Amino acid sequence: MTTYLDAIADAIRIEMRKDQSVFMIGEDIGVYGGAFKLTKGFLAEFGPQRIIDAPISEAAIMGAGIGAALNGMRPIVEMQFMDFITNGFNQLVTVAATTAYRWGIPVPMVVRGPSGGGVGANPFHSRNSEAWFAHATGLKVVCPATAADAKGLMTASIRDQNPVVFFEHKGLYRKIKDEVPEGEYVVPLGQAKVVREGTDVSVITYGSAVHMALEAATMLEADGASVEVVDIRTLVPLDEETILQSVRKTGRAVVAHEAVLTAGFAGEIASRIADSAFTFLDAPVKRVAAYDSPTPFAPTLEKAVLPNAEKIAEALRSVLAF
Amino acid sequence: MTNNTRVELLKYMIMAREFDASMLRLYRQGKAFGGVYSQLGNEAVSVGSAMALDPTQDVLFPMHRNVGAHFVFGATIDQMMQNQLAREGSQMRGTDGTGHYADPRLRIYGNVSHLGAMIPVANGFVLAGKLRGENTVALTYIGDGGAQVGEVHEALNFAAVHKLPLVLIIENNQYAYSTPNSQEFAVDQLSKRAIGYGIHGETIDGTDVELVLKTCQAAVARARRGEGPSIIETQTMRMRGHAEHDDFSYVPKELLDEWALRDPVNTYSAKLIADGVISSEEVKQLRDTTLDQMIASIDRTLELPWPDASEGFKQVFL
Ligand SMILES: Cc1ncc(C[n+]2csc(CCOP(=O)(O)OP(=O)(O)O)c2C)c(N)n1
Ligand SMILES: [Mg+2]
Repeated sequence: MTTYLDAIADAIRIEMRKDQSVFMIGEDIGVYGGAFKLTKGFLAEFGPQRIIDAPISEAAIMGAGIGAALNGMRPIVEMQFMDFITNGFNQLVTVAATTAYRWGIPVPMVVRGPSGGGVGANPFHSRNSEAWFAHATGLKVVCPATAADAKGLMTASIRDQNPVVFFEHKGLYRKIKDEVPEGEYVVPLGQAKVVREGTDVSVITYGSAVHMALEAATMLEADGASVEVVDIRTLVPLDEETILQSVRKTGRAVVAHEAVLTAGFAGEIASRIADSAFTFLDAPVKRVAAYDSPTPFAPTLEKAVLPNAEKIAEALRSVLAF
Repeated sequence: MTNNTRVELLKYMIMAREFDASMLRLYRQGKAFGGVYSQLGNEAVSVGSAMALDPTQDVLFPMHRNVGAHFVFGATIDQMMQNQLAREGSQMRGTDGTGHYADPRLRIYGNVSHLGAMIPVANGFVLAGKLRGENTVALTYIGDGGAQVGEVHEALNFAAVHKLPLVLIIENNQYAYSTPNSQEFAVDQLSKRAIGYGIHGETIDGTDVELVLKTCQAAVARARRGEGPSIIETQTMRMRGHAEHDDFSYVPKELLDEWALRDPVNTYSAKLIADGVISSEEVKQLRDTTLDQMIASIDRTLELPWPDASEGFKQVFL
């Protein structure tokens, strides 16, 4: 059993051993081993040429990643918290995201870091901003839920020819442990996975909400309902086929994520279901997401605004009762 | 400098120190959450700088190691404690914590986590003052690490062009999280950046509270005369980890030992005792009563419930 955090570190380590063009830039990733200790031991193994501690300058870090990628390298850029990606936003969205389309030159770069709430951080250390980047066009967006997927998707992201924004959920880092294949392991980007089979209703989800959905599915067993859970794993590219197959089978869908509701990625998924599986639906598609607010600090508030298994179970019941 | 002012300086530094020590105890007891960022070693900077301002007309944009400045501007221990522990009745209703609160009545506008994000905002605040013919000076801070954020550059240039009354303290405490100065910047003194903006800049000993006060008073006077912003780099040492989860084993012990001799609270206490401004008995008494105040405040605060969950759904818009 490997933790989600170790699985990511493992994928990066294996690629760095194999491919000299892979290197990392970030804040406090060297001697300190990163704020979450994900790069612990990396400096000793790979040296300061490939594990580069940068000043607190996310725009410069992001730009350096893009430039190095243009010049034959495969940089992995760490945001100490994914929230700080806002400081590198212009580089990522304006430059990295448009380069392939305009120049036909690849930017094989991974931007990765801890995102997500539920850990009593504060509004600036808890955001789920994946939808911003899905909306940018030209960026791949990855949100793993399990350790094995985190490893396989990281390998695929490093090997990809395009800029990939890789959201690691900090709440899963040490909480989630599962069987992770040893050695090189690839989970291709753009392949959803049915993580639990069911016949009555589908939950389409990703990231931390996969675990909430699985818990909700167990809760619904008591009601005699059979819940299917589909983990999309990557938002861009999106495996629409697996989603539609599931919904065509069950005829009902709940779309869930930890990010806020309005203009969240659940809206995109719901709309694709409406477009392509309308005649199979027995109920309107329901979304479960965070309340449209910053992620609050106090545990009472945070718990109230974020989604959880109970809220998904409630949505499932209402869709089933429709 | 009057004896009154000197005792005030010491009083606020002791408050900052004891508040900090209380937060560290709470952290160890598992009663504080989020990050606990000690300002141990930075008391002279936050107190000396804030004392240079006029809290009735100026404005404070503090950073994460400026608890002393909050007190100088009139924040109460209870208020600070409630904010830190995000209890019911705290100013941000549990939506945010630590020193991030704003209190317009006290003319304090707290920071966000994103380093440097509030310096452009401080500019705007004093720009508005200028437009209304008021003479508001903004005091704000950034670390040796945070000074490398792009927005800091934009804000300084903007302030220089518009001759805004801004005083920026660059708190050089040698480290940014685990990263030493040598990996953050390549200039020998960060205050030299002032040359590039065409503004005043200087580097001073940040453990000497009277020096900090005098240097900031001069910067405030320049700002009020319409001569624009100043950069004051204060040299100190971060005497704890980045936050309390960090064992700071990457800091050489000799470096800490060296700076411990220059502890701003101890050296200033000794100085005032030597000058006959205060007796060692009185200093001890001051520390004891301050500690008692902290303990009483903690007790009151911990009795408060968490804010009601319904607060989470309010006030996204006004
Ligand atoms: C834009 C941004 N990037 C990264 C961080 C994470 N972070 C928080 S504090 C810190 C170190 C700050 O060092 P410094 O500015 O020297 O202030 P100090 O903590 O030493 O007082 C880092 C990297 C952040 N808050 N904001
Ligand atoms: Mg510092």
